[in-house]
Amino acid sequence: MATENAVSAEEIKVNAAKMQISTTDVAIDIIAMHKWYGEFHVLKDINLKVMRGERIVICGPSGSGKSTMIRCINRLEEHQKGKIIVDGKELTNDLKKIDEVRREVGMVFQHFNLFPHLTILENCTLAPIWVRKTPKKQADEIAMHFLKRVKIPEQANKYPGQLSGGQQQRVAIARSLCMNPRIMLFDEPTSALDPEMIKEVLETMVGLAEEGMTMLCVTHEMGFARKVANRVIFMDQGQIVEQNTPAEFFDHPRHERTKLFLSQILH
Amino acid sequence: MQEHDTSWVRTEMALAQPAPASVRGMGAWVRTNLIGSVGDAILTIIGIALVVMILPQVINWAFINAQWTGPDRSVCATVAQGGIQADGWSGACWAFVNAKFGQFMFGTYPIEERWRPILVAVLFVALLVPMLIPRVPRKGLNAILLFLVLPIVSFVLLVGGMFGLPHVETSRWGGLLVTLSLSFVGIAVSLPLGVVLALGRRSKMPIVKMLCIIFIETVRGIPLITVLFFVSVMLPLFLPAGVTFDKYLRALIGVSLFAAAYMAEVIRGGLQAIPKGQYEGADSLGLGYWQKMGLIVLPQALKLVIPGIVNTFIGMFKDTSLVIIISMFDLLGIVKQNFSDANWATPQTARSGLIFAAFVFWLFCFGMSRYSMYTERRLDTGHKR
Repeated sequence: MATENAVSAEEIKVNAAKMQISTTDVAIDIIAMHKWYGEFHVLKDINLKVMRGERIVICGPSGSGKSTMIRCINRLEEHQKGKIIVDGKELTNDLKKIDEVRREVGMVFQHFNLFPHLTILENCTLAPIWVRKTPKKQADEIAMHFLKRVKIPEQANKYPGQLSGGQQQRVAIARSLCMNPRIMLFDEPTSALDPEMIKEVLETMVGLAEEGMTMLCVTHEMGFARKVANRVIFMDQGQIVEQNTPAEFFDHPRHERTKLFLSQILH
Repeated sequence: MQEHDTSWVRTEMALAQPAPASVRGMGAWVRTNLIGSVGDAILTIIGIALVVMILPQVINWAFINAQWTGPDRSVCATVAQGGIQADGWSGACWAFVNAKFGQFMFGTYPIEERWRPILVAVLFVALLVPMLIPRVPRKGLNAILLFLVLPIVSFVLLVGGMFGLPHVETSRWGGLLVTLSLSFVGIAVSLPLGVVLALGRRSKMPIVKMLCIIFIETVRGIPLITVLFFVSVMLPLFLPAGVTFDKYLRALIGVSLFAAAYMAEVIRGGLQAIPKGQYEGADSLGLGYWQKMGLIVLPQALKLVIPGIVNTFIGMFKDTSLVIIISMFDLLGIVKQNFSDANWATPQTARSGLIFAAFVFWLFCFGMSRYSMYTERRLDTGHKR
């Protein structure tokens, strides 16, 4: 898989030039965060600082807590100990703060989670109209802009059920972008897609990365990780086990668990 | 191709062809649905035989031998029974229904004031029909007129006692007027109340949740007759002396609360069928609780349980007949009451009256059923294959 999408050294340099990572502006700061599901200690001592413009790929075996971790960032899951500060706002039980954070953080799910009773266009304009109070006409224009960007403006008046999986996932990305988020979270965006549709979604994500969006992606697309990530994080048993630049991570993994994991998936 | 040849390449893609005649057309339908097997064929023959045996008799009784008009019982009785029909005659006595039609519709509402319920009915139809046709614009205004303005106007018109309209006691209301007004208010109250109760029951706030559970389980655990008895006999005991509640109003409250409890459970079923991802999708976009429920979850949940909702509506529509227990006369009650009219007592009277009542009930229920099926199809955007 990795060799297929192997990136030349030249390309990496070009990408690095585009990567305008801030050295001072912290987008997400997770400090000594723990989470329990009932008695089960699912996330242990998570420390992660994400700078603005950074693109992070999170991987690890199933059940390692990677999805749970990024779902904590927009409070789809509640953490019990430690701090999560997103865009300068700490996540607590303050519902207003949570909604503020959610407005600035877009999320793309494994199963798209489009609203099946609304058209593609309505899916994209719903949140801008009701949350951002954007006038309908303007919201429509914004939605069409992003639908064009994910290359499916002609589907605007169809319903999600009429689209292929890859198209639905691109709509989901457009729907998030319509809220003009400063951070994007991707929770295994290509895991539920047919092989032929993965590429179109990854291309959209690469485009987004090249524009300097702060991104956290839980994914097993190692080609994508090599191409766009500035950091790969490996999780196991609810903790961060290793993190490094993609080149170092894939070529010289240090932790035993990482080596085992990579040998399993890069056959 | 050789037997063990594993290598082969298609040179031309096969084109789609029309389906063979054996799976198309009338002949195929008869073969698969009527005479698919020996058992099917036997059932088909039995079915046809039953129709041939029963249908002519029914048509004979209901239409050919039926008496449509007449001044009194004589047109519907044989000579031996003191009438004008030949011995052995048997037919429907629509003359009875004809003569009592006004009562069946309005009960003992004063005849000179009957223009008032008729006007209400006209207004009701004029507002309901555009509401039901999706293409007609201004649904919001229409809904306000139908669900807020119309009940107030109807109340003024039907009860009277103001604007120079003579007061009409609700004890004089009856017939279809009672059936329809009870049902309409019951439907209009029970659906929103049911939504609130269903949301409350799934709420994370313990007190709200407990109150909703107590209400739903209490009301649902009691027969409607008991609820009606309770509101009509017991409620006055709990009210301070001098405060009286109109009997009709009490029935209205009883029926509405009863239907709301059932509705809440139907809607809760729909809410449970909405995948967690829909909630998370809405959450991740920053929608608040009411936006999430009102824009994402409820539209889908209600659509899913349309059959259940309409089932409850239909059940409630027919259950309004139970108000006879607190001596109010709905359509069925008033029909039955008229059986004892000596002027019309014949062997055919009860049969004809009951069939008429059944037909009217069926007409409304069937209408609701068809409309709900139409709505289901219209709202189906899932494109499930």
